[in-house]
Amino acid sequence: MPHWNKYLNLSAGPLLSIIVAMLIGAVFILAIGHNPLDVYYLLFSETLGNSYGIGQVLFKATPLIFTGLSVAIAFKAGLFNIGAEGQLNIGAFASAWAGFTFVSLPWYLLIPLSILAAFAAGAFWASIAGALKAKFGSHEVINTIMLNFIALALVSYLVNNVYLVPATIHTPGISPNAVLARFDIITGLFKGSPFNISFLIALAACIFMFYLIKITPLGYEITTLGFNRNAARYAKMNISRLTVAGLALAGGFAGLGGMNFVNGYKHYFEIGFSENAGYVGIAVALIARNNPFAVIAVAIFFGVLEYGGLTINTMVPKEIVTILQGLIILLVISLSYLFDKKNFRIKHSPAIG
Amino acid sequence: MSQEPAIVMEGITRIFGEDFKANDSIDFRVRKGTIHALVGENGAGKSTLMNILYGLLSPTYGTIRINGLEKNINSPREAISLGIGMVHQHFMLIETLTVLENIILGDESTGPFGRLDLSKAAEKVSALLKSFRISIDLNEKVENLAVGVQQKVEILKVLYRNADILILDEPTAVLTPQETDVLFDTLEELKSIGKTIILISHKLLEVLSVSDYITVLRHGKVTGNLKTSETSKEEISVLITGDEFKDSLQQEFRSAGEIVLEVKGLSVLNDKKFETVKSVSFELRAGEILGIAGVEGNGQSELIEAICGLRQMSSGSIKIDGQSIQNTTPVSLIPSDKLKFAMVKEYDITGNILLGRQNEEQFSKALAINYDRLRRFSEQLIEEYDIRPSDPDIKIGSLSGGNQQKVVAARELSKNASLIVAAHPTRGLDIKASAFVHGTLLKQKTKAVLLVSSDLNELLKLSNRIAVIYNGKITGLFETNETNEKELGMYMTGMRTMNNEL
Repeated sequence: MPHWNKYLNLSAGPLLSIIVAMLIGAVFILAIGHNPLDVYYLLFSETLGNSYGIGQVLFKATPLIFTGLSVAIAFKAGLFNIGAEGQLNIGAFASAWAGFTFVSLPWYLLIPLSILAAFAAGAFWASIAGALKAKFGSHEVINTIMLNFIALALVSYLVNNVYLVPATIHTPGISPNAVLARFDIITGLFKGSPFNISFLIALAACIFMFYLIKITPLGYEITTLGFNRNAARYAKMNISRLTVAGLALAGGFAGLGGMNFVNGYKHYFEIGFSENAGYVGIAVALIARNNPFAVIAVAIFFGVLEYGGLTINTMVPKEIVTILQGLIILLVISLSYLFDKKNFRIKHSPAIG
Repeated sequence: MSQEPAIVMEGITRIFGEDFKANDSIDFRVRKGTIHALVGENGAGKSTLMNILYGLLSPTYGTIRINGLEKNINSPREAISLGIGMVHQHFMLIETLTVLENIILGDESTGPFGRLDLSKAAEKVSALLKSFRISIDLNEKVENLAVGVQQKVEILKVLYRNADILILDEPTAVLTPQETDVLFDTLEELKSIGKTIILISHKLLEVLSVSDYITVLRHGKVTGNLKTSETSKEEISVLITGDEFKDSLQQEFRSAGEIVLEVKGLSVLNDKKFETVKSVSFELRAGEILGIAGVEGNGQSELIEAICGLRQMSSGSIKIDGQSIQNTTPVSLIPSDKLKFAMVKEYDITGNILLGRQNEEQFSKALAINYDRLRRFSEQLIEEYDIRPSDPDIKIGSLSGGNQQKVVAARELSKNASLIVAAHPTRGLDIKASAFVHGTLLKQKTKAVLLVSSDLNELLKLSNRIAVIYNGKITGLFETNETNEKELGMYMTGMRTMNNEL
């Protein structure tokens, strides 16, 4: 029982703030002359009220789980990973590249290879930022932001110049053996939604992070570094190595996030596919307080907002939907601290600097 | 005396949580123009009582009268307006500002358009200095001042706000004997012009030498109200601890064994690349405790870090058990700032026991920490060191300072290392806990102990030999029974130095 209380306490803040955010959103909706109850009813009934909607929500949530984990594991090490967007793109491209290059491999080799390629490419990309920090002390926030620009330009160059398919902005298609099956085909549920197996990979990644943090010596060192850098140094932990490792893991998680689109949906890499999932991952990790299982719940909530935004598009203009989404994210992040009973955990989130 | 007391606190009870009484119907009276000491172990309720008086906490029950008038004090601001000022143990000064700027901070007088009017403030502070016969350069930056002078600035900050009642929290903890004497002169001076002073302390000799009255707290209750001239150290000790606790530990002469630590011509740079340890040499044998005396910031922390393999040396050599030190050489290290360097307050006791030992085979395999074994080991240490509460799953941040320190000591001393480096191992601990730590260090007969401290009593009690470090150099080395506090104090402040190189 006391455990239930603990989880109740932890989730009370975010839940209360979602309610307040929706109340404030209601004022906006009223201001443009609509009934907020109608809009919210539509939003929830279209997202959670039918199996297609649920599929769409989970499809949207899948990359956010990965990017949320990415930001969360970096936070655990006291590092602020703004670079999930770039890592996601690099990883997605690598996964597509493996899929359209090794076309002759059977699925049981090609899928693990694609996973490996996505993880390794994202990890490599993020560890550049880690190495720069470890070696020269340059701040990871700047490093990861700059690497985002480079990553997006790099994949764009590769798609437009090296692996081009004329008159498109995507790569050649991947081998059918690299495809992650859609649940509607396997189960008959979620008819018409591209919700696919990569969601299971996302859940596995959450379990992996939980295990890593709780059980392994590396996880212990990472959290020690995040909580108290001085104590980590005095405990003779290799801070440079941990900085690189923390960001590499972050990049790996983000890198896997692209498989949802590449291997599960369109079966090619397309420029701009990520729709800022890397940046939304920051919000996911903040609200989930870096807990890998809370990341799943928060990512699903964001999935509701993203897909729900599309469903209410018929009633309210697109811009209002975007404002509403931004407002809710902003309020949830600010208010969940305010409503948190054991207050002012803000100091636990890593300081910038 | 018919005069109203400056402070009357009556029936003060403060309950934390469900039923923990940090203060339990305390009556506390302080006469005007006296120095009144408040003594007791850590956790006896001294800080709670003073925080109530200073408006940082509100009492659950009880009343407070200041100069005869009943008052509710809800914030430090209100306390200050009632003439109550507090000098904290940890200075709250901004090092890059001048003395004057620090004194007026938060209470600045401004000219037109909000321009800071320093000259008006300077006049007022100069007048203060004159009336209290304190001399200090107002335009000097605080970072350039000795600790004792910084403390004067703290006291001036309080006086500048017209305080008549000064609360000083463990003011001598950071001072050399000479600085302590100066502080006590200042306190006498303040008393003579009618200021009332409350002194929180656990150093009984000091309390006896400077105070007029003493109130003893134990477990949140008053166990004694004494007139200093009519009491003794023994009587107060009994009131503090509740029994005839005698701290009779003393270093005994022992024949020293093999050389454990050999430092030769060691120079070390600090983070800003200044050489803060300058060509230091000494050796330390098994069974021996070598004290390093010095005012903080004279190179001690860099010296310790170099010996423990945490900081590169710029020249010289360090050998432990005849081997040049490597990253893996185990050393038991109890650093001076435990909270900052030796624990993770978000972890439970178990997690803190693992800190620094995460690579030991007994606790970790490649992919999993052996939490079962670690837990059993933690439970063993909790029992052996009497850590309370005895729950290995409790967060260390919620333990008292003494128990936190015990966790650090337990972890470090249970390491398989032949050298123990302990810096201020009893800072902030009460009598019993200090005695426990001292006893534990004295028990290490097969190991060598390097004891770094600015508390000379501690050094004289425990060490076989004492080296004094000043400005990065070892300026004196003494057999403990051939020196005394005054002499060491002279070396610590650089007034004396030995000519011959060590």
